[in-house]
Amino acid sequence: MIPAPFAYERAASVEDAVARLARHGEDAKVLAGGHSLIPLLRLRFARPSVLVDIGRVPGLDGVRDDGELSIGAMTRYCDVEASPLVAEHAPLLAAAAAEVGDEQVRHRGTIGGSICHGDPASDVAAALLALGATVVVRGPGGERRIALEEFFVGFLETAIARDEILVEVRVPVTSAPWAFEKFNRRAQDWAIVGCAVLAGSEPRVALVNMATTPRRAPLVEEALARGASAREAADLASEGTEPPSDANASAQFRRHLASVLVRRALERASR
Amino acid sequence: MELRLTVNGAQVSGDVEPRTLLVHHLRTALGLTGTKVGCDTSSCGACTVLLDGRSVKSCTVLAVQADGCEVTTIEGLADGDELHPLQAAFHDHHALQCGYCTPGMIMAAVSLLRERRPLDDAAVRRGLEGNLCRCTGYRGIVEAVLAVAASEDARPGAAGAAVAR
Repeated sequence: MIPAPFAYERAASVEDAVARLARHGEDAKVLAGGHSLIPLLRLRFARPSVLVDIGRVPGLDGVRDDGELSIGAMTRYCDVEASPLVAEHAPLLAAAAAEVGDEQVRHRGTIGGSICHGDPASDVAAALLALGATVVVRGPGGERRIALEEFFVGFLETAIARDEILVEVRVPVTSAPWAFEKFNRRAQDWAIVGCAVLAGSEPRVALVNMATTPRRAPLVEEALARGASAREAADLASEGTEPPSDANASAQFRRHLASVLVRRALERASR
Repeated sequence: MELRLTVNGAQVSGDVEPRTLLVHHLRTALGLTGTKVGCDTSSCGACTVLLDGRSVKSCTVLAVQADGCEVTTIEGLADGDELHPLQAAFHDHHALQCGYCTPGMIMAAVSLLRERRPLDDAAVRRGLEGNLCRCTGYRGIVEAVLAVAASEDARPGAAGAAVAR
């Protein structure tokens, strides 16, 4: 499986990347780590005529603490997983990053690439939703911040414009108890269903692969806020979701899994 | 486009189409056929090489993404006639049956030994979850990796030294 031909351009800076995207319009795709895009190119599900590689753009990787965690878009999963700052201030994210693919995939895949791909099965996206993350995108008109919940708009569809680059993920620091649960049948697989929980005074619960986008479970959160038990709250996990039916699981089984995993995560986070 | 790589310590350059995958460049243009194409979908790990010292699946890296980088393949591990400690350990522990997964398995293990310590059985299995052995010979593979980890840990200050070359 060889990708269809494309032109390859290496951006020198974010501004340069934005200018190139503006120039090429619909024909261009941004290449970060390539671990979502290259499989699509190989299957020829994606056939861009130009790839704009942001892999060498200085300043796009690494984790900083400026009151919130600032995680550069090109930060690889393995570096998110290993970051002492992430371990201290957002351990839920480190745990989710450690669940992505396998060592080789985590060496290449990036947090920004994952978010921009908009896959509902992304472990990291669910963790970031539970953590209340914001993304920073830069385009020809300057910079804008988008709450992650508003960033995911449909299956593999996000709020980023064609000529914008995601530059940074901002994560509020937290010491709240947390848990991440993932169900799959084989090591390294995508989650059939997963769930991220950030407990504490305003609990937040997010689901992996239970809709066309990564999403929160608002009814579970409301029930917890009312003082419901983990079991009672978890029973509401699949309310309002639209889980897929595929070779791995039926929608009905996914609904069941969502309740089980949310209950487990809530119990683990409250220990 | 013009591509410059350092492959197993030697500088190589050439002209590649941007759509060329690193694994195909290594095998076809450079003749390094030790790196295998397996599943072709970044699942099986047969194509694992080191890119700037970290294991990657070379079927999911464009050759142009590796421009200017250092690539190590299975051909780059042995020192002349002397096998790399992991190669020797795979031999000693019967860690290969048909052998098709072996180059990728060993490259993944080189990276794992550099990055993750301490290693126990579960950590090795988790660390190699990106590499499939269709002969299901995992037990020997895990034993071989643990044996190298143990021999390095037994030499204080030398941890990772053998696999770092």
